[in-house]
Amino acid sequence: MRLEYFELLDQVDEMDFEAGTISASCTLPEHSTIFDGHFPKFPILPGVMMLEIMNHTAGYLLYRRLKRERFVFLGGVKRAKFRRMVKPGSSLEVRGTITHEGSGFYVAETSLKMKSGDTAADAEIILIVQDFPSTEIKEALAWATDRIVTVVAPNIPA
Amino acid sequence: MSSTFDIVAQVIAETSDVPLEDIKPEAHAIDDLGIDSLDFLDIVFALDKKFGIKIPLEKWTQEVNKGNASVEDYFVLKNLCARIDELVAAKSA
Repeated sequence: MRLEYFELLDQVDEMDFEAGTISASCTLPEHSTIFDGHFPKFPILPGVMMLEIMNHTAGYLLYRRLKRERFVFLGGVKRAKFRRMVKPGSSLEVRGTITHEGSGFYVAETSLKMKSGDTAADAEIILIVQDFPSTEIKEALAWATDRIVTVVAPNIPA
Repeated sequence: MSSTFDIVAQVIAETSDVPLEDIKPEAHAIDDLGIDSLDFLDIVFALDKKFGIKIPLEKWTQEVNKGNASVEDYFVLKNLCARIDELVAAKSA
């Protein structure tokens, strides 16, 4: 993970397009400029970054399910709770479930768990799906997400 | 039994900061009620669930952008309710 570059997911462990579920994992770096400021002498993962990790997870599911053809981004947060402080170096498991498929938008329930199994955060989010603003952006996103290791069944399309 | 308009008005009042008494069938969701695109998504989500339909918001937006339909066709509440009734009828058919 490169936190300050918003490269937040390391590995997708399970992904089921039909069920609309995804499970991914990531490990926070020990050091980051984000930790330097949040907070000095007491580094913890900001709540907004926990939200962004959950957003990336559900978003990646949709992005792949839509065959990388559509731009998926956060449109709203219906509910979010940040339940535990997460320290640098922590290993996290992130889950997402699509609970509603609208026209041009999806709603997902997401959660972020620590290695102990305790829930660090959970949120219900709205993801908007649109055409890519340009071919360059579409290609750049495909390149950027290629770094995510996807450990799934071989019948998931590339 | 509540009419489609009653349900739509209730959803709008609950999801947006619009008093129920201001929500009329002739009202334009955006121009009269001040609902923005993200608020409208929340409304569509609630309506999708309430009526068990999938409001084709993307298609409507494209039709308006291409000039094949007017904004009023979908965003004046009495017209929105008529569209919802059509979708519910199609689902039941």
